[in-house]
Amino acid sequence: MFPDLMDSQNIRIAIDNAVDYMVINWGDTLEALASPLLQFLNIIERGLLTTPWWLIIFVLGALAYLSSRKWTLSAGVMAMMFLLGLLDLWEDTMKTMALMLAATLTSIVIGMPIGILASHSKSLRSIILPVLDVMQTMPSFVYLIPGVMLFGPGKIPAILATIIYAVPPLIRLTDLGIRLVDKQVIEAVEAFGASDRQILLGVRIPLAMPTIMAGINQTTMMALAMVVIASMIGAGGLGYQVLQGIGRLEVSRGLLAGLGIVALAIIFDRITQAYGRRLQQHLHLEDK
Amino acid sequence: MNMTVAEYKVQISNVSKVFGPKPMEALKLIKSGTSKEEIQKKTGNIVGVYDVSLGVLPGEIFVIMGLSGSGKSTLIRHVNRLIEPTSGNIFVDGVDVMRMSNDELREFRRHRLSMVFQRFGLLPHRQVLDNVAYGLSVRGLARKQCEERAQHWIEQVGLLGFENCYPSELSGGMQQRVGLARALATDPDILLMDEAFSALDPLIRNDMQQQLLELQRTLHKTILFITHDLEEALRLGDRIAILKDGEVKQIGTPEQILLKPADKYIERFVRDVNRARILTAGSIMDAVPTMKVSELTTKSLREKINANELKLVYMLEDDGRLAGVFIPPNTKSEITAAAAKRNLCKLPHIDVDAVIEEVAILALNSSVPIPVVCENGKFKGAISQSAAMSALVRSKV
Repeated sequence: MFPDLMDSQNIRIAIDNAVDYMVINWGDTLEALASPLLQFLNIIERGLLTTPWWLIIFVLGALAYLSSRKWTLSAGVMAMMFLLGLLDLWEDTMKTMALMLAATLTSIVIGMPIGILASHSKSLRSIILPVLDVMQTMPSFVYLIPGVMLFGPGKIPAILATIIYAVPPLIRLTDLGIRLVDKQVIEAVEAFGASDRQILLGVRIPLAMPTIMAGINQTTMMALAMVVIASMIGAGGLGYQVLQGIGRLEVSRGLLAGLGIVALAIIFDRITQAYGRRLQQHLHLEDK
Repeated sequence: MNMTVAEYKVQISNVSKVFGPKPMEALKLIKSGTSKEEIQKKTGNIVGVYDVSLGVLPGEIFVIMGLSGSGKSTLIRHVNRLIEPTSGNIFVDGVDVMRMSNDELREFRRHRLSMVFQRFGLLPHRQVLDNVAYGLSVRGLARKQCEERAQHWIEQVGLLGFENCYPSELSGGMQQRVGLARALATDPDILLMDEAFSALDPLIRNDMQQQLLELQRTLHKTILFITHDLEEALRLGDRIAILKDGEVKQIGTPEQILLKPADKYIERFVRDVNRARILTAGSIMDAVPTMKVSELTTKSLREKINANELKLVYMLEDDGRLAGVFIPPNTKSEITAAAAKRNLCKLPHIDVDAVIEEVAILALNSSVPIPVVCENGKFKGAISQSAAMSALVRSKV
């Protein structure tokens, strides 16, 4: 066995004390800071729950058609949503969708600027990348526990955990997409005296958009992957049904809710992917 | 040529560029005579350009010719400071480009010069019209104004009807026309063309060269043109600098390069060039004795013919135009001023700027040297059968 060189208990005690200190002294402040996020999530959730079911089905079908220009995808999306309604999963589906949308939109707001910054500075990237590795591989329960201690069980730690898990691919792919923009194009616009802002907004971001879109797709998928775990700390929705199914040994409940998650994943995956492809065509990048 | 900085449009003076970790150290080594390969091995530095000095006159096409790795693309990027030199200075209209602040540099790039790239460098997500208007829109010009001007240049380069195409829908030649139109749309004094036609098919390259020369006839831009193709350099260049391993080997007019190559390296280059396609009538014509019709007397005519053993005399008007050619008859007594005036032969003539290949046939088919005249009709000299022959034969060596 490895020799006992030091007492690791002290380190653990120190960390636990630090967390306790944070919970006692900063808990309220942190909760207040996170409350806009909660409000954002609640607005989306309320919006989805108060909108008539047929309108939501129609809007999703329309989105599917607009992003892919294929009636088959649109019809498939609408059929899947209708089926979820038939199976009595509509409300839970809306709650899960709200969590996913809130987490994805927040991830975009946070992730894209960080990705852009990372693409511009090598030193910053060398700091960010390991942090992303930690975010993606650290078992989520490890930060869920202090999250619950700090914010109490509920939607805030759930959405925070979802963001932590879902934002890394967006940051990575934004950084990659921006760096992969054709150097010759950048050189050409520099030669015409374009400012850094003009280059970023007019050239780099539009040309990186298909890659960024792939990142958004990944983020959506990972956000959905978190819903069961998030429901353990009070997020509700389809994940909660799965959890209940496990708890009560009701295979049917777990299975149907699980299939509901799969259906949501397929719907958003197909819509974002088709949009990314159309974007690529529209940018006329396929020849390059 | 001893000119001051201000008379050159673009002056590059003692510019060196070293890529790598310790550029100054490498520069010291090369000054002490270490070879570039050794420097690369020892320090990991690559010497791109070393101690290049050249000046570009306003309104000329100055070609920088060199093979790949000669540093020519690196050199041209110093002019708009896409690359910063390790040492040396670049002046444009006498202003030191290296002293410009970031804002000044941006304004300088927006207004004073523009660039055409080998791989076009077009924006793939914008239509032709927006691509051509790019330089103007970067300046912050109103959209309508940008599009009007862009439209004008699209017509000038012959792309009418393609305004709403995307670059990927166009052929290489057409894409480069977009690149050229984009560069011209900002109406810069200086055009930097980095291997602009090298990626094109030979036939299209020819068309583009022709188009550039035609545009230049009306625009009179100062053009710095980079190429690895000597024929292209000779065709386009008013003057040519030949670059090898980052150093200038010779600067001169196409004729000087062809007829007096500075060293073995350039000689080898020049050997394969079809001279007859490059050299002009002016460069191979001979000076011949002439007389003015108005000053013609029998005595002066006979003296001139006897002194030079002339087989024919070129007769000129007072304004220097060729009146005709007098072929003296064999009997001496028949050589009179009156006879000369009566028997003036009209000969076809050759333009002084005409390329030999196109006009040699005239001289070859003629028993007498064909007169050469310049644009305003003034007589310059004559090309004999043998001169035409030797120009053609040398070209085939």
